[in-house]
Amino acid sequence: MNDQSRVGPMNWLGSFAVLCALVALWWMASNGGWVSRVFLPTPQATFASLLDGLNLSGGSGNGELLAFTQATVGRMVQGWLLASLFGVLLGAAIGVSPAVRAWVQPTLEFIRPLPASALLPLAISIFGLNPGMVLFVVAFGAMWPVLLATVHGFAAVEPRLSEVARCLQMSRTAFVWKMGLPNAMPDILAGMRLALTIALIVAVVGEMIASQSGLGQAILLAARAFRASDLFAGIVLLGLIGFVSNALLALAEKRLLRWQQP
Amino acid sequence: MTERGFFRWLRPWIFPAVLVAAFEWYARRASALGSDALAPPSAAAKAFIGAALDGSLWQATGFTLGTAALGLLLGAVLGIALGLVLGLSRRAAQLGSLSVEVLRPVPSVALIPLAMLTFGFGVRMELAIVAFATFWPLLVLVQSAVQQIEPRLLEVSRVLGLSARERAFKIVLPAIVPRLFVALRLGVAVALVVAVTVEIAANPNGMGYAMMIAQQSFDPALMLAWLGWIGVVGFAVNAGMLLLQRVVARRMGVQP
Repeated sequence: MNDQSRVGPMNWLGSFAVLCALVALWWMASNGGWVSRVFLPTPQATFASLLDGLNLSGGSGNGELLAFTQATVGRMVQGWLLASLFGVLLGAAIGVSPAVRAWVQPTLEFIRPLPASALLPLAISIFGLNPGMVLFVVAFGAMWPVLLATVHGFAAVEPRLSEVARCLQMSRTAFVWKMGLPNAMPDILAGMRLALTIALIVAVVGEMIASQSGLGQAILLAARAFRASDLFAGIVLLGLIGFVSNALLALAEKRLLRWQQP
Repeated sequence: MTERGFFRWLRPWIFPAVLVAAFEWYARRASALGSDALAPPSAAAKAFIGAALDGSLWQATGFTLGTAALGLLLGAVLGIALGLVLGLSRRAAQLGSLSVEVLRPVPSVALIPLAMLTFGFGVRMELAIVAFATFWPLLVLVQSAVQQIEPRLLEVSRVLGLSARERAFKIVLPAIVPRLFVALRLGVAVALVVAVTVEIAANPNGMGYAMMIAQQSFDPALMLAWLGWIGVVGFAVNAGMLLLQRVVARRMGVQP
């Protein structure tokens, strides 16, 4: 869409005003007592918990949220990197040969719709409740989009390119590096973006179930103790993590795929 | 020739069969060594038949599917309505863009504790989270579908002097039906995943909880049975939606 480029400062200001209006609505709803404060804390209370938790309020804060955020982000990024690595490796191994694809792909398609969090109980009974178990499930759940995208990218290599590779008597590794991977790159990056979202979700669910310290556990405990402002601070931080990671990846995608644009 | 055809039919099953056999061997060896954390697939099949016969299987499956469907309905109606507005009016899209960009990346599971606090356990909390999770993809996909409508159709509606409501129902909605079904297929997949996730994390109902409780009561056979069943249900629902999407696309004259 090329109307993106026409977004001027006025429009940006307008959309910022809408966001401010939403926050103002929240402020009125909570301060005016339209919604019980047990469920909906005031924006200022949420902000205060956020400052407190992130140790920005000048000494009095406990800095808990900072450590939780680090734990969650670390888990998400590690799981995502593992998922991307193994997804691309396995995907390339499966995708490069039509014979292997024919054998394995139906199974992959079957596992694809399985919710990643459904593997948590199985992983708990195999590995027990520990950080490695959560990391394993995060990586495993986030691997599927990358894996399937890589297989698809390899399967969609222009037949003429494969013929050229055969004529040049390229080895299989050369084919993977020079044709397969560059061709699959847009698919892989799209898969990695999806994988990052899944990694964050599974990391949070894993922390909730397996009691690993992190934002997932923090917001669950805050809700159980009716500390609504802490709960909202956690939700805001999780939204921020999602927003920032997505934006960074979109930026990286744009740079990496620059050669594709005419 | 028929032998080849038979082989072709058989081929997708060989790889999973090998995997299941390997797991069977591994689990039998583990339980022979005294571990009760794993069960072989044969025991899982037995547990599955037991759950199917005593009705707990169907009740939990019905709960999960029903809640996912209701949540999807709620999220889809809201998402389609807002998507239509944002797609039809460029000004509305620009005004709302920042709010959408800020709210959309909030992971749906982050709302589990909030929904727990607000609604307690049960249908309503799961419904709210599924609706939140499905609202955003539908909003974005419907918005882009509306923006890609042939501009001449909209010009026709302006020439005919249709009201906004008539324009939405007579021109825009029929024009986006094929893309709408693509969006709905995605929504169904999201709804099912989120419903099971909510049950695993918090809600004491449905398939996810049944699986969790089987694990916690050291019944690995039943847990594996549930895992397999969740996979089968997910696959069947997705395959059904794919079929529906293709039928609709063909009816609407679009080649998939």
